[in-house]
Amino acid sequence: MANVPEDLQYSKDHEWLRVEGDVAVIGITDYAQNSLGDVVYVELPKSGEKFEAHESFGSVESVKAVSEIFTPVSGEVLEVNESLADEPEKVNTDPYGAGWMIRMRMNNPGEVDSLLSAVEYEEFTSRETE
Amino acid sequence: MDSTNITKVTPHISHNEHLIFERSQGGRIGYMLPPLDVDETPLDELIPAELRRDDDLQGVPEVSEVDVVRHFTRISTWNYSIDLGMYPLGSCTMKYNSRLNEKVARITGFANLHPLASESDSQGALEVIYELQEYLSEITGLAGITLQPAAGAHGEMTGVMMIRAFIDARDGREESAKRRTMLIPDSAHGTNPASAMLAGFTVKAIRSTSEGFTDLEHLREMCAKGDVAGFMLTNPNTLGLFEKNIREICDIVHDAGGLVYMDGANMNALVGVARPGDMGVDVIHLNLHKTFSTPHGGGGPGCGPCCCTKELEPFLPVPRVVKEGDSFRLDFNRPQSIGRVKAFYGNFGMMVRALAYILTHGAEGLREVTEAAVLNARYIAQGLVSDYEKPFDAPPMHEVVFTDKRQSRKGVHTLDIAKRLIDYGFHPMTIYFPLIVQGAMLIEPTESVGRQELDQFIEAMRSIAREAIENPDLVIGAPHSTRIGRLDEAAAARKPVLRWKPKEAASAA
Amino acid sequence: MRYIPNSPAEREEMLRAVGLERAEQLFDSIPADIRLDKPLQVPSALSEMELLEKFNRMAERNPAATRASFLGAGAYSHYAPTIIDHLISRSEFFTAYTPYQPEISQGTLQAIFEFQTLVCQLTGMEVANASMYDGSTALAEAVLMAERITRRKRVIVSSAVHPEYLAVADTYVQHYGIELERLEIDERTGRTSTDALSALDDKAAAIVIQSPNFFGCIEEVAAIAERAHAVGALLVVAVTESASFGILRSPGSCGADIAVAEGQSFGVPLSFGGPYVGLFATRDKYARQLPGRLVGEAFDKQGRRGFVLTLATREQHIRREKATSNICTNEGLIALAATIYMETMGRRGIEETARQCAQKAAYAARRISEIEGYSLPYSAPRFNEFVVRAPSNAGELLSRLASEKNITGGLALSRYYEGRDTDFLVCVTETNSRAEIDSLVEGLRSLAG
Repeated sequence: MANVPEDLQYSKDHEWLRVEGDVAVIGITDYAQNSLGDVVYVELPKSGEKFEAHESFGSVESVKAVSEIFTPVSGEVLEVNESLADEPEKVNTDPYGAGWMIRMRMNNPGEVDSLLSAVEYEEFTSRETE
Repeated sequence: MDSTNITKVTPHISHNEHLIFERSQGGRIGYMLPPLDVDETPLDELIPAELRRDDDLQGVPEVSEVDVVRHFTRISTWNYSIDLGMYPLGSCTMKYNSRLNEKVARITGFANLHPLASESDSQGALEVIYELQEYLSEITGLAGITLQPAAGAHGEMTGVMMIRAFIDARDGREESAKRRTMLIPDSAHGTNPASAMLAGFTVKAIRSTSEGFTDLEHLREMCAKGDVAGFMLTNPNTLGLFEKNIREICDIVHDAGGLVYMDGANMNALVGVARPGDMGVDVIHLNLHKTFSTPHGGGGPGCGPCCCTKELEPFLPVPRVVKEGDSFRLDFNRPQSIGRVKAFYGNFGMMVRALAYILTHGAEGLREVTEAAVLNARYIAQGLVSDYEKPFDAPPMHEVVFTDKRQSRKGVHTLDIAKRLIDYGFHPMTIYFPLIVQGAMLIEPTESVGRQELDQFIEAMRSIAREAIENPDLVIGAPHSTRIGRLDEAAAARKPVLRWKPKEAASAA
Repeated sequence: MRYIPNSPAEREEMLRAVGLERAEQLFDSIPADIRLDKPLQVPSALSEMELLEKFNRMAERNPAATRASFLGAGAYSHYAPTIIDHLISRSEFFTAYTPYQPEISQGTLQAIFEFQTLVCQLTGMEVANASMYDGSTALAEAVLMAERITRRKRVIVSSAVHPEYLAVADTYVQHYGIELERLEIDERTGRTSTDALSALDDKAAAIVIQSPNFFGCIEEVAAIAERAHAVGALLVVAVTESASFGILRSPGSCGADIAVAEGQSFGVPLSFGGPYVGLFATRDKYARQLPGRLVGEAFDKQGRRGFVLTLATREQHIRREKATSNICTNEGLIALAATIYMETMGRRGIEETARQCAQKAAYAARRISEIEGYSLPYSAPRFNEFVVRAPSNAGELLSRLASEKNITGGLALSRYYEGRDTDFLVCVTETNSRAEIDSLVEGLRSLAG
């Protein structure tokens, strides 16, 4: 069973989001990393780039697959997790911690309300698995 | 006997052959040239020092001829090959590569012929090209042809560029600009969308039905949008099924103003039995390295001729080889051509081999091959259906797809089954393709396998199905019989090491 | 048919085993109205003896293949050690597929890893792929890669690049919105004129040159690299005569960002233009933008070293329309031949071959320039090719040289350049003996009169 921490928000594209004031920390979920397999490369944007909600901001690669990653909310990238360049496996081993991908200043923190709660996301993934 | 008592057993030296760079010893020599027979000019007068290398080719190996022969002979033994046994890679068509064709391609008159020799000095080579063109046109039922593309994907690029050029000419640039969609089934080879991109098309996928055929409703819906330039279809499709509605498919696309491109990767199921030109196809590429048996050589060379209708002929690449009276010449004067796709005339050496293949078989032999290939696939389909999930009911043509659905309940997946097959002495089938079938195993025996070997293959697969139930770990840990085990591909991709470096340099990096 | 193992009787039994009576029923899923109802118009089968006779007869109609030749221009006659053909003819190499199953493909994979390393060493680059179709398509892919890296659409291409390479590049980029602008040739030196480069700005994705160029002249690669880098553009260097790597400063050490080459010179038969092998190399930082296959080092659970296809997410079978190229099948066996060549000739042989080529070409150039009426129009240093200006129509001169003296004297430049009626391109390699060169000189002298 995939780990779904209760204090986070989730998207149907399998990203998680942690709210810290008007800043959002974003990564991919345990469920997502598990279905991708061993992550070998993470392509991330540069600080200062701006994204609309649900826009692709990068990609995650395993040996034989590529998945785009999407911003659950709109905003400007403040920081990217540079350490993933050398240790992409952190996305597998600690998707909600050391495997975080970007910190973003949200344009409209209200967008968070449209995301899924842990319970809702768990329900969503169990339907997808069937 | 207690094996721990055997002290003298060590792996054969051939199992531990290093990289040639690690074998290299300063001063070893593997060549000899005749002494320079002209007056030598000081090098500085010919080429100033700043334009010359100053690294003394550091790192390039220094080995004897014997070193090279042993090196490659040893590492060659780590390869599986068609000559060793059945190589049932679906979609790849691993058939017997005749030695006779190799001999023919090495005749001095072909092998030592310069591509820029004058037409009058190369009539024999031009005749080879022309004659092969004639037969491939006959086999596909399409009049226009070029042999210039170097491989299947290169032929695809050529074909879709011709479609684009044709529509530009037919509709005018402005109208044509509204037709930039190339429809491609979700079951297609990855080269199809990648080739369509090179011709500037936007790719949209057409769904397959649960029976494994093109979804005609979806095709109609997409064609109704008015922006369709063409539809790229593999037939038999990548599930090994003949698209029985091919005429209707062509009509739908043509009525919408588009053209039909056929990926000819599976043409070996049709040679002598049915012709794409008669089905309504406008342009097709062939893979001489599949259907016409030119060797795959560990990943090439290929040759990807492109055949087309009369209407598309003006757009073929330059130059074309044409016949005038009894002689052959290169025709460069083709103002509507898409241009050149490769220097010179294509992979000529492969054309010689393919022509030899066709002439060795003759019309009857070509049809016989098609029948034998389809019969072999049908025999495997029948032999495995009790043990493996066969997702589509329609009878397969030259290849058949199964899945790991039953075995995966025990944690045994397609990859494991493939690796275990190695322990039984077979090369694995194509796995995880087509992408639309979860855990796909695509099996193509070709005509080059006899009944006993087919039976052995079927028995191996059934045995693995039993192992998956009784001893799944045995399958999951496979292969057990090879020189090395499964390699850590994730680690290799995370920190790629793509070349050898001297020890000092490697540790400094 | 002798290539089909099953006898007709066995096939009958198998048909019955799958529930059919006649072979025709195997094709029941093909609608009857599109099935072929007559035999193909292809002749009846030929036996081995008949087939060899037919092909030998056709081969005899290629007299250029057996004549002393000074043709180069993208395809070169070089010595090829005998062991190359023996080794590539081993079943284990030539009847293997693309190494998708590493446990039983280590021979092919290790050979490709060695190929990639050798290409890096010779080009002076950091990473090389497992091969492209040939030099011309490698160059076209390099232009597309430069656009991907820089996101710029202007590419400045030297007119002294092989005309067929230029034509292929034109075809490849025509739907990409890439403009290929030509740099003129300096008519005095034969090198690419750098005058126009002063107008270079930050719209340029790349400068593309060939060195030695089509006319045999060695370009000032390092200087052009500086000009490119000053505006953030890449330098793409193409090499058609790979034997030149043995003596000339490598593209990498001159500052090239992408180096492509035709590897035919490395033990690959002329074979009327193919199959050849494209070399493609770049800087480490651009590795993920490379087209085509890559082999990398990997280890199994016991720590044993092996090799695998890697960074495959760039490729069409995974990334489909977003792939870095549509290439799938490449030139595996030809890359193997080139690998065996480079290893057999080795550090000393590659260098000596290059030196002999340069010396013999220098000798031929000097002798030809001494003939009354002939001149060498270009002043730049050269490797083993040079342009000769003849006293009369070069095409006619060369065809008389072939018919009367049995020598293929070179390439009339009128094949590619309208109006260049008296110029021809001569190539000399280590395979041309002094006696052959002297015959060429005598032939040109006698035909000029």
